[in-house]
Amino acid sequence: MAKFENPEDIKVIVATDCGSTTTKAILIEYINGEYRLISRGEAPTTVEAPFEDVTMGVLNAVGELEELTGRKILDDKGKFITPSRENIGTDIYISTSSAGGGLQMMVAGVVRSMTAESAERAALGAGAIVMDVIASNDKRLPHQQIERIRHLRPDMILLSGGIDGGTTTHVVEIAELVSAADPKPRLGSGYKLPIIYAGNKDAMVAVKNTLADKVDLKTVPNLRPVLERENLGPAREEIHELFMEHVMAQAPGYRKLMSWTDAPIMPTPGAVGLIIQTIADQYNIEAVGVDIGGATTDIFSVFRPDGTTPIFNRTVSANLGMSYSISNVFAEATVPMVMRWVPFHMNERDLRNRVKNKMIRPTTIPQSLEELIFEQAVAKEALRLAFIQHKNFATVLKGIQQQRTIADAFEQSASGETIVNMMSLNMLIGSGGVLSHAPRRQQSAQMLIDAFQPEGVTRLSVDSIFMMPQLGVLTEVQPKAATEVFEKDCLIHLGTCIAPAGTFKKPGPIMKYTIELPEGTVSGTLNTLEMKLFKLGLAENGLPLTARATFEPERGFDVGSGKGSKVTMEVHGGVVGIILDGRGRPFELSSLSETDRVSYLMQWIKELNIYPEGDWSKAR
Amino acid sequence: MGHAYTPGLKVTERMLIKKNRILPLKGDVQVKVGDMVKPDDVVARTLLPGNVLPLNVANKLGVPPEDIDMVMLKKVGDPIKEGEPIALSKTLFIFKNYCHATLTGKIESISNITGQVLQRGEPSPVEVKAYLDGKVTDVFPNEGVVVTCLASFVQGIFGIGGETYGKLKVVTRDNTMVLDESFIKPELKGQIIVGGSLVTAAALKKAIAVGIKGIVVGGFDDKDLRDFLGYDIGVAITGAENIGTTLVVTEGFGQINMAYKTFELLKRHEGEMACMNGATQIRAGVIRPEVVIPSADSSAISEKAVESRIQGLEIGSPVRVIRHPYFGSLGKVSALPAQLQVLESESKARILEVEFENGKRAMVPRANVEMIES
Repeated sequence: MAKFENPEDIKVIVATDCGSTTTKAILIEYINGEYRLISRGEAPTTVEAPFEDVTMGVLNAVGELEELTGRKILDDKGKFITPSRENIGTDIYISTSSAGGGLQMMVAGVVRSMTAESAERAALGAGAIVMDVIASNDKRLPHQQIERIRHLRPDMILLSGGIDGGTTTHVVEIAELVSAADPKPRLGSGYKLPIIYAGNKDAMVAVKNTLADKVDLKTVPNLRPVLERENLGPAREEIHELFMEHVMAQAPGYRKLMSWTDAPIMPTPGAVGLIIQTIADQYNIEAVGVDIGGATTDIFSVFRPDGTTPIFNRTVSANLGMSYSISNVFAEATVPMVMRWVPFHMNERDLRNRVKNKMIRPTTIPQSLEELIFEQAVAKEALRLAFIQHKNFATVLKGIQQQRTIADAFEQSASGETIVNMMSLNMLIGSGGVLSHAPRRQQSAQMLIDAFQPEGVTRLSVDSIFMMPQLGVLTEVQPKAATEVFEKDCLIHLGTCIAPAGTFKKPGPIMKYTIELPEGTVSGTLNTLEMKLFKLGLAENGLPLTARATFEPERGFDVGSGKGSKVTMEVHGGVVGIILDGRGRPFELSSLSETDRVSYLMQWIKELNIYPEGDWSKAR
Repeated sequence: MGHAYTPGLKVTERMLIKKNRILPLKGDVQVKVGDMVKPDDVVARTLLPGNVLPLNVANKLGVPPEDIDMVMLKKVGDPIKEGEPIALSKTLFIFKNYCHATLTGKIESISNITGQVLQRGEPSPVEVKAYLDGKVTDVFPNEGVVVTCLASFVQGIFGIGGETYGKLKVVTRDNTMVLDESFIKPELKGQIIVGGSLVTAAALKKAIAVGIKGIVVGGFDDKDLRDFLGYDIGVAITGAENIGTTLVVTEGFGQINMAYKTFELLKRHEGEMACMNGATQIRAGVIRPEVVIPSADSSAISEKAVESRIQGLEIGSPVRVIRHPYFGSLGKVSALPAQLQVLESESKARILEVEFENGKRAMVPRANVEMIES
């Protein structure tokens, strides 16, 4: 492929994401001084029998792009034409992949909440599915751990443990367990399982002696050189290299695909993490991204607990999803928690059967409004549970002795406390069918608000066609193109939610507001348990309109400047608009009486115009 | 755009069934190509490496790990018996302190860094059976075989319990009756029974007590499934439950009439031997539960045997609706409009018109029907 010294010379980009069922291709072009999405095409992924060649799906998806745009991208032999000229060819081609089950890893460390957790963070950040975390103190007996390692067939193992210069015994013990289990790689039996050692540097030789004969051992600098600091970069880079070298190279057709791409193929979730980090860096914001799928829910976040340094975290909730795992959401959340979002009665036995029928026939879609409302209630609970897992994982490093001064006495952050701060969060990005394809955008906004309960002022958006993976890998080649397309074509800006944080004992006013909308200034009082929507749409260039607004919370409520403190700022609109949420934070719907619960749900549905009137609203 | 429909479950009078019977690790194949096998015949066997049990000898004897070689009585690879001394330390030449093996097997490794000795238990045998009544048509050396038979075949939607076989017995009068405990008689022991629209929890319990090998039925209640297993199935990966019988549900959860065609097929084969498996996996690489009724002429299998056709949806195709509000209804496709249509939920989707068995018609998203394949 053509090589470009200067990224500015890249004018035409083709990117694909090879998912487990569908391969999605996008075409980006530089037109009138900006990069824009031109079209997208998709085709079934062809990793499995009878095709067993991923490139066939890629060519089909790119073929659809050609049909839709009239641009000739492939030559007669099915090769990419480079560089581009007029309506022919592309300058670069890049791809991500999660086909064939993605990247599956096992991680190990000495202390579960310290080095093992750092290793887990490194693997998740690189886009892996973590099959299990083995640690000296994981409450399993050594023979149980060996049995477990033996049964898992990961693509690779990340082994960590100990700080540099610390004791070597424990990490060598873990290496001995791995050696005794003699694990085999998931794909292909013709090569040794790759293991990355990222632990105490003093134990490196002993670990090599223990493992080198049985596995393909790679060593990188310790991912927790001192207790107070993680150094996840080298381990993540090694994971990506091994992913290309071993995992991708074993999958059918990937060697050919790797020879076509202008940047290394990246695991899909790793690429999504990259675009979220890039956006958070570029705009100096804190962001949370969520991708809710049929089987799993991924959450990505960038927070700045010290106010400046961004910390990235990713979690995968393996069994929280909308089809394959819907029954598990129901079981984990419990029936009353799901049904609290539904303003009509449903028979529990019937409900259980419906959920199970969706699980065994995962591709069905809600035909009736009643089914849609129920499915969106399940989505809220899946998102809520996944976010709880994320908050518990995204913490300040555990096991550190903190020096405190008298100034800290009133605001102590304990070791292991979550860094997720809903008040300082600037942007919430949703993706996945239930959020991206909700019939009304208000439904997406309401699902995000109810599940995540953002506090203060938070922008809401959804990924229109799930192109975050392709844009993530594009940041490695042409970051400007990635961020421009992300903001203008990838995101559907829903609007902004303003939710005063605080609780109330009796009904009453919660916040005064003044918003200078283009049609005129609106002002008033937001009362407890009230939701209000003001229209503020998009500009012609697709970016949100902004309006100057002043929020004056009552005593005991906070919109970002402290309890009772007034805030004046620019707020961003979107296809939904400005949503004022007077339900307080934390907001607990279950605390309302049954009559009040239904009555308030109906009020919010009406105010935000979430669902059309229908039989469901009369039958309650 | 590809076919926007869910491929249906297969229910067919005659097809070629091929099953790979593969060992989890390399081992010995016990049969050869052309051999006729019965479900219980062992076609391959191997030895699984024994469990590993670590023993920190250095800690137990109070010696530094680097001195472990000095106290060991056994070396790597030596056989050991549970209770046998494997290390000895002497203090002041008078006091002897032994460390004993905690399992029977051999010494796997001795570490002078951690002081740990890994003991490997004796290997355990693993056998793979033929599962079907058929012919061995392929052998993968050291790995396993392919067993092939001509058979009638019913694919279920969900099941629990593993592989089993027995004589087929239809116990309900028709495909709509509920299979309750009154149908479960002691003389059904060892058989596979077929019911109508639902099996009750009480009937399932009684069937296990009587020793019925398998149950094929239209529907099962999720609440009963949870009460019966003692836990909620979160993701549909089943087959390893050890419940004493195997259940194959052909239509779904709740009371749903077994498709008439399925019921009639099973009825025609009453008294014949059937093999069934409840294993279900609804993920990429989907596995559905099944009932296989091998035919007597499997010895005459040729590679030119019956191939099933895969067709797209067309006017007249028999379909089953698989989502509310028409869940479980059977009918025929009466129209296939090409344009996207707005549903009551306001989603836009490709739809089709179904004419139900009672003559009524309805519009249903294509994603919410499955073809009844033959």
